[in-house]
Amino acid sequence: MSHHIVETRHLKHIYPDGTIALKDVSFRIEHGESVGIIGANGAGKSTLLLHLNGYLTATSGEIIIGDDPLTKQNLAVIRRTVGMVFQDPDDQLFMPTVFDDVAFGPINLGLSRAEIETRVSEALSRVEAGALRDKPPYHLSCGEKKRVAIATVLSMLPEILVLDEPTNGLDPYARRLLIALLKGFHHTRIVTSHDLDMIFELCERTIVLHEGEVMADGPTLEIFRDNALLNTCRLEKPLAMQGCPVCSPEHRPLPKQQPLIEPHSRKPHQHNH
Amino acid sequence: MLAINGSFLDFKQLDLLALRQTAVHRLDPRAKVLTTLCFIVCVVSFDKYQISAMLPFLIYPVALIAVGDLPPGYILRKILFVLPFALLVGLFNPIFDRQVVLQIGPLDIWGGWVSCLSILLRAILTASAAIILVAITGFPAICEALEKLKMPQAFAVQLQFLYRYIFVLTDEGVRTARARQIRTFGRRGLDLRHFSSLVGHLLLRTWERAERIHMAMLARGFSGEVHSTRRQSHFGKPELIFTVCWVALFILLRLYNAPQLLGSLFTGSMQ
Repeated sequence: MSHHIVETRHLKHIYPDGTIALKDVSFRIEHGESVGIIGANGAGKSTLLLHLNGYLTATSGEIIIGDDPLTKQNLAVIRRTVGMVFQDPDDQLFMPTVFDDVAFGPINLGLSRAEIETRVSEALSRVEAGALRDKPPYHLSCGEKKRVAIATVLSMLPEILVLDEPTNGLDPYARRLLIALLKGFHHTRIVTSHDLDMIFELCERTIVLHEGEVMADGPTLEIFRDNALLNTCRLEKPLAMQGCPVCSPEHRPLPKQQPLIEPHSRKPHQHNH
Repeated sequence: MLAINGSFLDFKQLDLLALRQTAVHRLDPRAKVLTTLCFIVCVVSFDKYQISAMLPFLIYPVALIAVGDLPPGYILRKILFVLPFALLVGLFNPIFDRQVVLQIGPLDIWGGWVSCLSILLRAILTASAAIILVAITGFPAICEALEKLKMPQAFAVQLQFLYRYIFVLTDEGVRTARARQIRTFGRRGLDLRHFSSLVGHLLLRTWERAERIHMAMLARGFSGEVHSTRRQSHFGKPELIFTVCWVALFILLRLYNAPQLLGSLFTGSMQ
């Protein structure tokens, strides 16, 4: 049996205050796929993620991880299978040192001391953070925190990685490093983000959520080519797919009153497109 | 606000100091916690007019700063941060307690001044002992030691979380205060209505964060107990010697006024 499959069937979630966060969400993600989940603010991305490891219970509908539907009984197994990396690493790193944080999961799994030690070392070297192991989390930079947060999940050897806004708050270089790192993983990956360029680079498949429903589900390139779809869902093409703003300004729908470059500073510009 | 911010951030330095490897750093945390507790109990149990008998207790912080290779200036600044609070406690003593206890020439010294000074001295001693304890042990290790000394785990975990999130929380508080300050356009003061809403928001945000942290813990198999397996420590001979010697010294200094004894010995030999 394989644990790597994530499936939702007619998932619906209504918050206690009556907000309908998810209306009807169904999809199936196969072993080893890398899937981006995108959508405007309030489209239901975070709510959906919180269902995947059983933190929220669906009002109706089913979640299937591997071969089994998610129930209260198999919650522990599911949480080990689905490694969840939260948006704010300060929420994920709550122990006094990086080591304790990465060891938190394995200790709760009841592993032996030697096994914990190897798991922590492996997870930290995987995210190139071996040198940070004795540091307190608040001494780390944001990029380091993000990588350590991923290590805290890797140390439980999950089969499925769920990442919420992994590139949020990173500088361009740290973002590059993180994308390269995530590309190297062979887990089934589910990534939500507003960083559409990262999704474009990392995920071969994309699911578009709009007002609690799946508006589109298909190859990332096809979805980003569909202008009408992106417009209705309050999204935009990744910058990598938009024209160069200098030599072909018509490709980029910028407001007229906001020229990107002052006329007097415009220099002859050559590009080899 | 900024001053408080700065001094909080400075706690990071304290953590870095705790990573040093000197003889006192290597001792089992339990020995240091017990000794510090004993020190504090001895100091605070002195009579309210007592000053001279407390002075020899300075040997403990001084010795640890020397052996632990701690920067004295830094520790001193940390103590200064606590002193205003102690001063506030002792402030009214000279006003209410005007009984003359000492006369130096034409100058009458009131009991209130003496007791105020005594409070300050106590504050210096206890604060330095506590700060040095953190600097030579590290806060997480102290929590663990307290747990091993049979303090309920819930308290130890709570302390640990407090220490972890105090930086995040102060950061949030400082940001909120700054946002308010920027939009008050030089009008000073903070009226009660705005203050309560500010604090309320901070509380709500803390609440939300707590929920997210709990989520992150659940996602990693948390089942109600926080385990830590790494730091192995052993209460051996060095710990025993450290604790027994210091505690014996504290008790002696508590029972006998050493400066007075020394003084009488000196004057005795002069006669």
